[in-house]
Amino acid sequence: MDTGTKRTFKVVGTRPPRPDGIDKVTGRAMYGADVSAPGMLTGLILRSPHAHAEIMSIDTSAAEALQGVKAVVTSKDFVYQDDDYFRDVQENCLATTKALYDGHAVAAVAAVSPAVAKAALKLIKVTYRKLPHVTDVDAAMRPDAPVVQDGRSLETVPAGMSANVTHHSEFGHGNLAAGFAKADLIVERSFTTAATHQGYIEPHACLASMTADGKADLWCCTQGQYNVRTLCSAMLGLEASQLRVTASEIGGGFGGKTTVFIEPVALALSRKSGKPVKIVMTRDEVFKATGPTVCASMDVKIGMTKEGRITAGEAHLRYSGGAFPTGTVDMGGQAAFAAYDMGAVRTFNWNVLTNRPKEAAYRAPGAPQAIYAVESVMDELCQKLNLDPLDVRLKNAAKKGTLSSYGPTFDDIGLIATLEAAKKHPHYSAPLGEGQGRGLSAGFWFNFGGNTCVTMNINTDGTVSVTEGNPDIGGSRASISMMAAEELGVPYDKIRTIIADTASLGHNDVTDGSRVTFAVGLATIKAAQDAVKKMCARAAKLWGIDEEAVEWVDGAAVPAGDNAGKFPPMSLAEIAAVSFQTGGPIAGHHEFHADGAGVSFGVHLCDVEVDRETGATKVLRYTVFQDAGKAVHPSYVEGQMQGGAVQGIGWALNEEYIYGVDGRLQNAGFLDYRVPVASDLPKIDTVILEIPNPGHPYGVRGVGETPIVPPLAALSNAVSRAIGIRMQSLPMSPPRILAAVMAHDAKA
Amino acid sequence: MKTIHVSTKVNGDTMEFVCGPDESLLDVLRNRLGLTGAKEGCGTGDCGACSVTLNGRLVCSCLVLGAEVQGAEIGTVEGIATEGALHPLQQAFIDHAALQCGICTPGILVAAKALLDRNPDPTDTELRYWLAGNLCRCTGYDKIITAVQAAAQKMRAA
Repeated sequence: MDTGTKRTFKVVGTRPPRPDGIDKVTGRAMYGADVSAPGMLTGLILRSPHAHAEIMSIDTSAAEALQGVKAVVTSKDFVYQDDDYFRDVQENCLATTKALYDGHAVAAVAAVSPAVAKAALKLIKVTYRKLPHVTDVDAAMRPDAPVVQDGRSLETVPAGMSANVTHHSEFGHGNLAAGFAKADLIVERSFTTAATHQGYIEPHACLASMTADGKADLWCCTQGQYNVRTLCSAMLGLEASQLRVTASEIGGGFGGKTTVFIEPVALALSRKSGKPVKIVMTRDEVFKATGPTVCASMDVKIGMTKEGRITAGEAHLRYSGGAFPTGTVDMGGQAAFAAYDMGAVRTFNWNVLTNRPKEAAYRAPGAPQAIYAVESVMDELCQKLNLDPLDVRLKNAAKKGTLSSYGPTFDDIGLIATLEAAKKHPHYSAPLGEGQGRGLSAGFWFNFGGNTCVTMNINTDGTVSVTEGNPDIGGSRASISMMAAEELGVPYDKIRTIIADTASLGHNDVTDGSRVTFAVGLATIKAAQDAVKKMCARAAKLWGIDEEAVEWVDGAAVPAGDNAGKFPPMSLAEIAAVSFQTGGPIAGHHEFHADGAGVSFGVHLCDVEVDRETGATKVLRYTVFQDAGKAVHPSYVEGQMQGGAVQGIGWALNEEYIYGVDGRLQNAGFLDYRVPVASDLPKIDTVILEIPNPGHPYGVRGVGETPIVPPLAALSNAVSRAIGIRMQSLPMSPPRILAAVMAHDAKA
Repeated sequence: MKTIHVSTKVNGDTMEFVCGPDESLLDVLRNRLGLTGAKEGCGTGDCGACSVTLNGRLVCSCLVLGAEVQGAEIGTVEGIATEGALHPLQQAFIDHAALQCGICTPGILVAAKALLDRNPDPTDTELRYWLAGNLCRCTGYDKIITAVQAAAQKMRAA
């Protein structure tokens, strides 16, 4: 859907085949676990069976003595870290004095075969002293709760609270009391959401090789090889230049592969054994010891006039990102009311430690939970005031010039256009049957830019090699090549984009924050402009005219101004072919910190049917509306919208970390942690809006994260309307819905 | 543990290997035969990333022992393209953007081909239930269903 006039594109906006397509449909693409090295050892990790325990001693002597065992490591094999962040990541890779959750790594072995490594794990004697544990966020806030880690509270936390409360923040503006006094109706509700896992199908895997002189190579599936280098070199005491990290093809990440778990352990094992070491996690390990998202407990209060104008809103968010401090709740507090133009708004945000695995980012971290709570209360207000939920959102929607609930004033944003597109879509007016309900929700994500570096080599045969440093997690190599083609004026298939290892290109931030197509795209455009400038200079030299008198038009240098028409255009291929005679190879480069990532809004519409006998929910119809700024490769933008929506559907209906009274995770596998399968779902329809981001020459906004935000409330609102009971807890698994229906029917 | 000698056919080629009695067919394919197209996503038969055909039947190779495939015919993703030409399913997955990270793609292609070999004209519902054992976390399945149907149509027309 086009919403305005803007520049016309030749390549951007088309749907060419992705460069890694054939490798991925033929089985040739190399993922984390797909490489081996001569003489390679198998690394395995020993994990705590306790939710919370003091590690009294670790005796590795019997394991070391086993035939075929080449190295055993513990936290003692890492360098001590002064910095809290580094120390936490390291502590999560191998515990020092306490096991903080079920599955926390305590030691590791490398052996000549998986069988020997398994046998060696059993020979490591860890003496634990079990400690009381806590896995529930509200329970962990009580002053008498077992303390997960002491001394981690920031000065933002008032005195007298549990030591588990590590951080407090507030965001907002205006006078809440005055705002609520103007309301005709105030709804205040409490909500909970379960921790969910990113659920990437590829378990973490790496191959590390380190030599006695301190040179190391690491192959791993990661969203950011430079961050892996930073973390691992700190833990191993290496210089960054001596550790080369190569990102494999990545089998899904969604934020969960933005840190390290096994990589420093494999390096330590390789250093000790003098041999390459490969570690591949099992699915059980992935669930138990890699990052789920936060679990949350939230209270939201919103006041509204009978015409549907919000008068005030407040939210109290309590998030737990597991056993280590995290600031994710800040993003929840900032995102909660971002869709609305409000005179009085405030969020009160708390992070709490629990005996759960360390949170890792998961697509728009912190936003889905808070926005679920806000959008649920919005829906209840609409129901009670008998107002159309889209009209109410339109009436309150943030737009250019709105002071956002988290501080900045919005520039060009696409929320109103997105809401209007939803309103006029046939889905919104389609009739519903008995037992069916329709829900909607708006969603928001900030998007990021960050540190970025791109090199572009103009080859002498007229082709172009683009070197970028961000693992391609959803088709970004295609979109980067497309932007290079657009800017250079050459066909897409003349360009090949590759992902560099850490030694081949300067630093790039992790593939996160929906930043790659925006920031790497922008760097690619600027690198192309750099190359174009150089090619124009070469043409000027050949023509014997001033460099400034040459322009780049449709992939060729042309004389301009007074010289116009004096020489025939000289194409990129022609300039490249003679480059060795005009000054040597030609390359463009750009390095910068990308700012200006435009925020992104989405609106999801969903129809469900709930079986009151079983509590099962069937999603009947689903439509995603989202502002992409400019969709570089629309198929992959749709793919982000569809994939994010389905992850959100799973979160809303089934996915959850379930802990037993012993504090151990009870469903660490895909059989019991149920992600959506093909037969659970209808088609996921998509409508792409294009409200250009002023911060990008093509108008591009990040699109990857926003789509996981609205489904939670869209589903909850649909289910609540279908059964006539307001649901306040996720997931809405069949037993939960059934219990709600039975309690409701018993009362009636 | 004593290893077992096994002779089998993979993608039409005769292959021999030795394996331990507890070694899965997936481990044999990946670690002994160098065929890393099949992936281990769970090791418990829940995700389908390791899907292969065993004497024409769709199986999770993580649930089959290497020692079981003596004299069998195994089909993996590496055997779907013939003489360098992509199978219509493979082409359709590229054309319809039916993959993002691609880790589930080998298993889904093997599974989809097994369905179309039996039922060249499945309904969307049949297709969705047939593929219910193959998890994809990136796409939401929408474009996968579109791609398989497009390939099925092309194959029927051929």
